[in-house]
Amino acid sequence: MGVETSPKIVIVDESPIRAAILVEGLREAGFTGVTHISEMHNLLARIYALDPDVILIDLENPSRDVLEQMFQVSRAVRRPIAMFVDQSDSASIQASVDAGVSAYIVDGLKKERIKPILDLCISRFNAFSKLQDELERTKSALEDRKVIDRAKGIVMKLKGLTEDEAYVLLRSTAMREKKKIGEIAQSIVTASELLK
Amino acid sequence: MTGQPLCIGFIPLVDAAALIVAVDKGFAAAEGLDVTLVREVSWSNVRDKLNIGLFDAAHLLAPVAIASSLGLGHVKVPIVAPFNLGLNGNAITVSPALHVAIMGEISGDPFDPMATALALARVVAARRKSGAEPLTFGMTFPFSTHNYQLRFWMAAGGVDPDEDVRLVVLPPPYMVDSLANGHVDAFCVGAPWNSVAVDLGVGHILHFVSDVLVRAAEKVLAVRQSWSEKNPAVLAALIRAHFRAAEFIEDPQNRAEAARILAQPERIGVDADVILRTLDGRLKISPDGTMRESNRYLLVGREGAARPDPVQAAWLYAQMVRWGQASISPEALDVAKAVFRPDLYDAALGLKEGARNGSSDAIGAFAGPPFDDTDIAGHLAAFTIGRRKP
Repeated sequence: MGVETSPKIVIVDESPIRAAILVEGLREAGFTGVTHISEMHNLLARIYALDPDVILIDLENPSRDVLEQMFQVSRAVRRPIAMFVDQSDSASIQASVDAGVSAYIVDGLKKERIKPILDLCISRFNAFSKLQDELERTKSALEDRKVIDRAKGIVMKLKGLTEDEAYVLLRSTAMREKKKIGEIAQSIVTASELLK
Repeated sequence: MTGQPLCIGFIPLVDAAALIVAVDKGFAAAEGLDVTLVREVSWSNVRDKLNIGLFDAAHLLAPVAIASSLGLGHVKVPIVAPFNLGLNGNAITVSPALHVAIMGEISGDPFDPMATALALARVVAARRKSGAEPLTFGMTFPFSTHNYQLRFWMAAGGVDPDEDVRLVVLPPPYMVDSLANGHVDAFCVGAPWNSVAVDLGVGHILHFVSDVLVRAAEKVLAVRQSWSEKNPAVLAALIRAHFRAAEFIEDPQNRAEAARILAQPERIGVDADVILRTLDGRLKISPDGTMRESNRYLLVGREGAARPDPVQAAWLYAQMVRWGQASISPEALDVAKAVFRPDLYDAALGLKEGARNGSSDAIGAFAGPPFDDTDIAGHLAAFTIGRRKP
């Protein structure tokens, strides 16, 4: 393989959005030979047909164990595969496992050429999970608001308060009990359902 | 009171029973441990997270613990196994079509693994003659008991696992689908997946692995050697919690409760009845409802099953040598045997040194000479099929 050619990269990921983010990032960085595999059936045969230099797989994917077979010497394996991270490189393993991605590299590809690929994947994986966290937080904030609105209604009715007064009561209770206002609201809603 | 926090990884399989019950039934808490269990999707993940310290301990395939200590297939990280989570527990399941083919060629007892292996050899020969695709067998990991058990069985009948059939790694949850879709013709996997295949009518259990090997170390409680040296008291507490859990599970009166604990969605997540059948060694082996019982199907703690036996580690290392995964050397054999630590087990439980695990032939294989853990080369010389490294 010449020094100039872009290494062939395969991304094994069942999440189409994350894979798209990865492919885009790699292409922007000049890695043009990127293929995404989302179908896990016959995974090894698909990979051998593409004959990649680098394989990236997300750690939530049970098929990671299938890739481990590539380390084995057998007739099916044409090119030996090695893990990029070597004995001395535990920081790289740590970073990639933390991010949720693992890389398998075909022997012979220079370590210096792999590093930017892996670093890019780690940062994109981290960015993706941050996005997901934000989405989750937004979702739960919306849920909280619904519950708080219901709790406010209950308090207004039972204690004859205005909406603002009901909210202040919920908030001060939450502060006093060192809890989230959503939790206080939830316990009011639960209690009122129990006492119905 | 807050206990010592520990993070422990596991794969949802019935042989994680002692670990899960130790935590969920409070045996770990009683030892002052505050354990968080993390369910994982692949053995590679369990291995990596244990290696880099995200897990303090893990439910791990015994051969992976040895491979990791030898630096085979991955980064070298010395692992110790102070508690054996189970002996046996796997089964070989075949598709209805392959079952018919084997039964058509068999002479002798269908529960005799030599009879089935010889029948398989005839099926393989007939398929080759007719130009059919080679049979495909699923197993769970290159360094797995399932891989070695399948190979040992078929090679005894004259089938070369690397030349005559295909062996492929499949994640356990995909096994049943792959059998149903015809992507594999058979597989070797742990509970509950064999039973799931039979219940769905897509497989026949041909053998319990205890037909092939009387005692086979399966999963171990694994920790990094460095961690075990830094945390001896915590490790001893963890071993005791596992010991109590294994005792609990082995009492027939507690089996139903144990099965309910294991069946929880965030643990193994399958029907409690399937798990109970596994613990009882009472399995439906055919879609027509035929049952088979064995008191050797899965041993969680009885018959000294929980005490790590270095002879078992030596046998697993010998399989790595036989199939070309490891080179043979006395040093590597010593490293492999030192992964299994009966001394840590004995010390934690206050047992006297020199306790024994069992009979003189600790393995009890159906073919070949009794296993001699002091002479791997001599032992392997008795087997003609293999991929020994030059």
